Amino acid sequence: MLKKNWPVALLGVALLVGLALPLATGASAPGFYIEVLLGGLMTGVLYSLVAMGFALIFKASGVFNFAQGTMVLFAALAVARMAERMPLWAAILLAMAIMVVLAFLIERIVLRPLVNQEGVALLMATLGVTYFLDGFGQIVWGSDVYEINLGIAKEPVMILQNVFEGGILVNKEDFVAALIATMLVVALAIFFQKTPTGRALRAVADDHQAAQSIGIPLNRIWVIVWSVAGFVALVAGVIWGSKLGVQFSLSQVALKALPVVILGGFTSVTGSIVGGLIIGVGEKMSEVFLGPILVKTFDLAGGGIENWFAYVLALLFLLVRPEGLFGEKLIDRV
Amino acid sequence: MTGKSNGRAGRIGGVILALEGVSLAFGGVKALSDISFDVREHEVRAIIGPNGAGKSSMLNVINGVYHPQHGTIRYLGREYHDMDPHEVAVSGIARTFQGLALFRGMTVLDNIMAGRNLKMRTNILFQALRVGPALREEIEHRAFVEGIIDFLEIQAYRMMPVGRLPYGLQKRVDLARALATEPRILLLDEPMAGMNLEEKQDMCRFILDVNDQFGTTIVLIEHDMSVVMDISDRVVVLDYGKKIGDGTPGEVRVNQAVVDAYLGVSH
Amino acid sequence: MFYRENGQFKSSYASDLQMLPILQDRLFMAGLLAVAFVAVPLFVSDYLFLAILIPFLILALAAIGLNLLVGYCGQISIGHAAFMAVGAYSAYNLVLRIPQLNFLVVLALSGLIAAVVGLMFGLPSLRIKGLYLAVATLAAQFFIDWLFARVKWFTNYAPSVSPAPIEIFGWKIDSPLDKYLFVLCVLTVFTLLARNLVRGRIGREWMAIRDMDVAAEVIGIRPVYAKLTAFAVSSFYVGVAGALWGFVQLGAWEPLAFDLNLSLNLLFMIIIGGMGSLLGSYFGAAFIVTLPILLNQIPRMLGVPIPTALNAHLESMIFGALIIFFLIVEPQGLARLWAIGKEKLRLWPFPH
Repeated sequence: MLKKNWPVALLGVALLVGLALPLATGASAPGFYIEVLLGGLMTGVLYSLVAMGFALIFKASGVFNFAQGTMVLFAALAVARMAERMPLWAAILLAMAIMVVLAFLIERIVLRPLVNQEGVALLMATLGVTYFLDGFGQIVWGSDVYEINLGIAKEPVMILQNVFEGGILVNKEDFVAALIATMLVVALAIFFQKTPTGRALRAVADDHQAAQSIGIPLNRIWVIVWSVAGFVALVAGVIWGSKLGVQFSLSQVALKALPVVILGGFTSVTGSIVGGLIIGVGEKMSEVFLGPILVKTFDLAGGGIENWFAYVLALLFLLVRPEGLFGEKLIDRV
Repeated sequence: MTGKSNGRAGRIGGVILALEGVSLAFGGVKALSDISFDVREHEVRAIIGPNGAGKSSMLNVINGVYHPQHGTIRYLGREYHDMDPHEVAVSGIARTFQGLALFRGMTVLDNIMAGRNLKMRTNILFQALRVGPALREEIEHRAFVEGIIDFLEIQAYRMMPVGRLPYGLQKRVDLARALATEPRILLLDEPMAGMNLEEKQDMCRFILDVNDQFGTTIVLIEHDMSVVMDISDRVVVLDYGKKIGDGTPGEVRVNQAVVDAYLGVSH
Repeated sequence: MFYRENGQFKSSYASDLQMLPILQDRLFMAGLLAVAFVAVPLFVSDYLFLAILIPFLILALAAIGLNLLVGYCGQISIGHAAFMAVGAYSAYNLVLRIPQLNFLVVLALSGLIAAVVGLMFGLPSLRIKGLYLAVATLAAQFFIDWLFARVKWFTNYAPSVSPAPIEIFGWKIDSPLDKYLFVLCVLTVFTLLARNLVRGRIGREWMAIRDMDVAAEVIGIRPVYAKLTAFAVSSFYVGVAGALWGFVQLGAWEPLAFDLNLSLNLLFMIIIGGMGSLLGSYFGAAFIVTLPILLNQIPRMLGVPIPTALNAHLESMIFGALIIFFLIVEPQGLARLWAIGKEKLRLWPFPH
């Protein structure tokens, strides 16, 4: 098995070496290294949250939802703005309701008429949804930067001062995010494996026609899927919005979830987690440690490796293992 | 149905294609198990068998679409088991598909012209300018394709997008496209599936004409027994991916294993 | 009644294979060219040139490029503006560092460089398709964005780039009319070349790969050659368009001029205009160029002015809605509607 997968193994080794290098060469203090690592992990968790929505929709309906990032933004905007007039929990509930309505509308207006088309047409349709939601969201909710106050202390906390010199700066918010993400994954796993609806979703993902022939209502399933994805988007939006502030650039950052699903596999929720963490860490590490080296060697006008690291890594993965780490192998039958 | 002419037996030449010990599996599913048979030049070789016996897979193996895990294919003295489909096409083996694999975005004429692509040589710059060698080549191959169009009697439809044609005519376009590659061996995957009696007679006539006039060796998968018995020189019978019969139609018809397979007797 | 082929018999394959076999089409094209080359310069204002006609022509060129790849060959790319950037920066650097070069040569070389880069980023298409390929092309977009923003050599160590006006054989191209005529000439030539490619052997190969790649292989078409030439030719066109966009339309630009937004706009052009149709590329470009202006002018004419920010959002919404509309109702875009119109014209004045 290793023989066949040697490109992946090579890539993995390269990544691990890159990961260990700053520590091994003593180029950075261990405390700082851990900080960067944790920072990367936390960003990775956020990516995973968005990617999970992708994976869900693709898993259950075979649609590649380009609009997932915008849905995150839309949900976050809804919560942020409504929370200005009502308690946070009420805003979140209302936002959830809005996401369900959105899911219903998308299924009705966009998906159902296109049900027989191939993936690329659906991809472009979700692109259309993205543009529409972008504009609509900003008209309805506004384009400034808004705040979501989750009530968690924002100041970073210094820990482990005895172990590492200077201690490590961590964010309580990030821990909460990681916790919520883990709970979400567990909940989703239970949903898919143990509940009848979850099983129906998996059946639909496998084969639309077969699922229909045993009486599974396709349209309702899709509304459910998109609602669940909407819920995941809401969670991602709230956490992310709380951390970064809710603004338009959120949807651009969410675009980065695409490489995450490439790495993890389009159909795997676990893959989204693993892929998100790899990308989060890889990005941060290369930006902080590799960046300055590149800037000095090539006389660059600043860093910004974060902008493309995820995509290039995804590209490499696509060449050696298109189905991702946990995805299903694609077989073309003639 | 048209009967085969007695003169044809004399035209059959030596072995041109041979499968030896070919086995093909997809994951855990064994599509073909240790298949060996040969095809003689100019003959009409039929492959028959119940559904799921592996007939299409066998054509796919010959074509290079699937690469068998074991065994080789010997063609014109050369042995291969992992050639790419386009290399196989260039070496003279053409194919039609069971589920019609026409290029739906193109007209009938363009579909057939696409079959001439492997004979076209001018580079892309000349094509962009469409002068001299590029234009001459285009005209020359167009003339050849028109010959095929005349042969298959589809002149009236040449400018039509293939998607608009009735099923029987689409099958004819599929055949025309395969013929455009000037093959030595033509693999036909259920060329008469879904046709009514009249269409079947036409298709039979065309296939026999191809064999008679161009000397093309024909390997065809077919379910209609009367067609098989009438037009083929030799028959291979598959069941569950294994060969259970090989010989003339008369021999195969009385082969007990074959009869059992078709009658569904468990074995 | 007027638009019929009656009586127009062809007696040789050569005449049947000509670009516009129907007489009425030839007359129409001649008329169109006359209008474009003669009438427009006489009657059109500078504003129209700069705001509509010139961007329309350049974007049409880029749309043709993308259409060759996506519409004719079926390979998706959502990062194509990156290759426009390659063309623009190549042209800039060539003009800067080898000033003796004739600008037409510069244009051709920029296209070639873009073609090579496009070819490299097209290599993934040999192993993956559809959505996966779309993500791979994003890698091209973001990496090239970063490259031109950070590697200072490309921008000659300045934050933005502003080349001098073009001069060819003594003709200084700086008035709107000059720019229009230059771009029109380039576009006419390139459209002709594209049309020849598309109806020739390579066009059939591209479409075969698009429609059914396994069947294409089985009749002897090499997918590697078809896909890579599609990427190369497409990037060539888009690179030249990028150079024109930078030099003629923008005059001065920074790296973000060729960002993801532009890539998506190109994609929208060919979806709305019609994939797999050169005419569709023109329709799409015209649409994308005129829509913001319409959105601006119509409310004003109706006496209900809309603030700019709102306008931008409305534009987004309308784009999105139109994409979805076209995908559902007429996936082959405006070009198909045009073709249907022509069909009806054949029968006119009879209903059927």
